[in-house]
Amino acid sequence: MIFAFDIIILVFLVIAAIISLSVKDLLSASMIFGIYGFLICLLWAEMGAVDVAFTEAAVGAGISAVLMVATVFNTKRKSSD
Amino acid sequence: MAEFFEQTLQPHFNFWIYVILMMIGLWALIAKNNLIKKLIGMSIFQTAIILFYVSLGVKEDATIPILDPYGQAEHAAADAEGAETEGEKKRDSYIGKKSPDPDTMANPLPHVLMLTAIVVGVATLGVALSITQMIFKEFGSLEEDEILEIVKGGGVDD
Repeated sequence: MIFAFDIIILVFLVIAAIISLSVKDLLSASMIFGIYGFLICLLWAEMGAVDVAFTEAAVGAGISAVLMVATVFNTKRKSSD
Repeated sequence: MAEFFEQTLQPHFNFWIYVILMMIGLWALIAKNNLIKKLIGMSIFQTAIILFYVSLGVKEDATIPILDPYGQAEHAAADAEGAETEGEKKRDSYIGKKSPDPDTMANPLPHVLMLTAIVVGVATLGVALSITQMIFKEFGSLEEDEILEIVKGGGVDD
């Protein structure tokens, strides 16, 4: 574990979480949530959990972002908060 | 300030962020009005818990938990001369032997447990999103207060 990488990725993680929860456009929220998944995948690789990183890259940044975008296109894009 | 950072924040930085992310997720689950925002909050909550467990397996100067018993002895001998910290020397001396010291590797047990948690998490998210689509078909809205208004008024008439 390299502390400099750790601190940078963790700070960006909190920023991505807050932004994806505060944008009003749900498509942007889904995409920023994909960025969040990719950042947490980098964090697993950096902490030595490479198997978790593979799974998170496929599942977190891939499948959940796709599922969320599909839901947004089947419902509506605007959010009140 | 620097003292506070070195003594309090730095040794457990992952755990501080774990608590912050968990509270962000809980806040989104409770306070957000949009159903998809609630689900994003739920996913953040799940990743926070996974972050806690993976952080438990981290060790100082440890490599990834992959056994490589063959063909590394020469590299290790070359590296041992250039190794600086105690942990690096220890790690290098064990590379090339058949049973390496567990102190030189991150603990893989929490990783494997959390692998299951990630897959369960994406299944939960998929089911929740499909229920969200059915709610939208029924009520024509994703906002919690509007749906509650329709439910209080006796539901949709069809």
